[in-house]
Amino acid sequence: MLFFLLGLAAGLLRADLKLPTALYETLSIYLLLAIGLKGGVALARHPIVEVLPQAAVAVGVALLIPLFAFAVLHRMGRLPRADAAAIAAHYGSVSVVTFAVGTSYLTRLAVPYEGYMVAFLALLEFPALLLGVVLARRKSQSSPDTGLGNRELLREVFLGKSVFLLIGGLLIGAYAGPDGIKSIAPLFVDPFKGVLALFLLEMGLVAAGRLGDLRRVGVFLLVFALVMPLLGGALGAVTGWAVGLSVGGTALLAILYASASYIAAPAAMRTAVPEANPALSIGASLGVTFPFNLLVGIPLYYWLAVRLHQWGGAS
Amino acid sequence: MKTAQRKLLTVICEAKLERRLTAEIMKLGAHGYTVSEARGQGSRGVRNAAWEASANIRLEVVCESAVAARIAEHLQTRYYDDYAMILFSSDVEVLRPEKF
Repeated sequence: MLFFLLGLAAGLLRADLKLPTALYETLSIYLLLAIGLKGGVALARHPIVEVLPQAAVAVGVALLIPLFAFAVLHRMGRLPRADAAAIAAHYGSVSVVTFAVGTSYLTRLAVPYEGYMVAFLALLEFPALLLGVVLARRKSQSSPDTGLGNRELLREVFLGKSVFLLIGGLLIGAYAGPDGIKSIAPLFVDPFKGVLALFLLEMGLVAAGRLGDLRRVGVFLLVFALVMPLLGGALGAVTGWAVGLSVGGTALLAILYASASYIAAPAAMRTAVPEANPALSIGASLGVTFPFNLLVGIPLYYWLAVRLHQWGGAS
Repeated sequence: MKTAQRKLLTVICEAKLERRLTAEIMKLGAHGYTVSEARGQGSRGVRNAAWEASANIRLEVVCESAVAARIAEHLQTRYYDDYAMILFSSDVEVLRPEKF
């Protein structure tokens, strides 16, 4: 967390600090694989039949978020259809790094959570992207030849770096199991937090660079970017509690619902909905929602999860 | 030294487009291309390559002027509206015309 602030400060003060692009990519690949592996090992310990219904409900309910976001942005915010759809896709999809920070927050508090939540992370990543494209294309005025073929779109969504690596990591982790992973644990498990800290430093730098976009974004989108994660977080907490996740798992689902993508979604939207202005969607998700979730959201969603379980008892 | 006239077409655009552009220019008749990473500023803001969404590439093609015109027109109609992209061409001399 402090590393993120350090990066943000470095960016705002124009410190002479620039991490090479290659490092950003290496770190994000590492994080995706490490998270996937860890989740895969956990998944191997649970019967898949138990997890599937929960996952189906979680994914189904999650689709409400982009639909709601699109309606708000398009109707109330009067944003063009393409922009509204692209932003909705960002908010409907999830942020891997926010999730990772959430898990280390829970670990620090010694709160157990379902390890297979990572599978939810992978599953929640792409439906919103597809929905965003559908929303953007419906009644689309753009001429057909500027749009992409569906095959290319599917490739972008499913073979995008993040979905591909997460699912690959999950499969390898599930196949290898805890013993098989032992030999690579010194690389993929132990230094995870340090790498995450380094990545947050980089994200702080990038986020600082996007703050300039915010001036163009306008007050409406700013408010949206702060309120949307709160609504998403509340929806996620209730859903997690209703499907019978533990307090930790409920908090993580709330974090997932609240988070906005900035790795998979920008890449997919740029290809599939090029007429949308990326400054708006990335400015909102990375410039506002990501820092908000990191600094305020995660403890808040955890508190919400604890409260829900206290009031409702174990469901 | 015997040289021949060719066009050097330089495209600077979002790194995101690399795979699509390279496939398309080859289809339009180019015999090869060179891609390098780039940074800069333009009407779509500073593109400083701090991360992948703000990364640029510089794509260079040496080709016959008819091919250059075809590529330029294609890129203009298809990408100018939605993507950060500039394109310029210049005359160059090459030693082995059959290569280009």
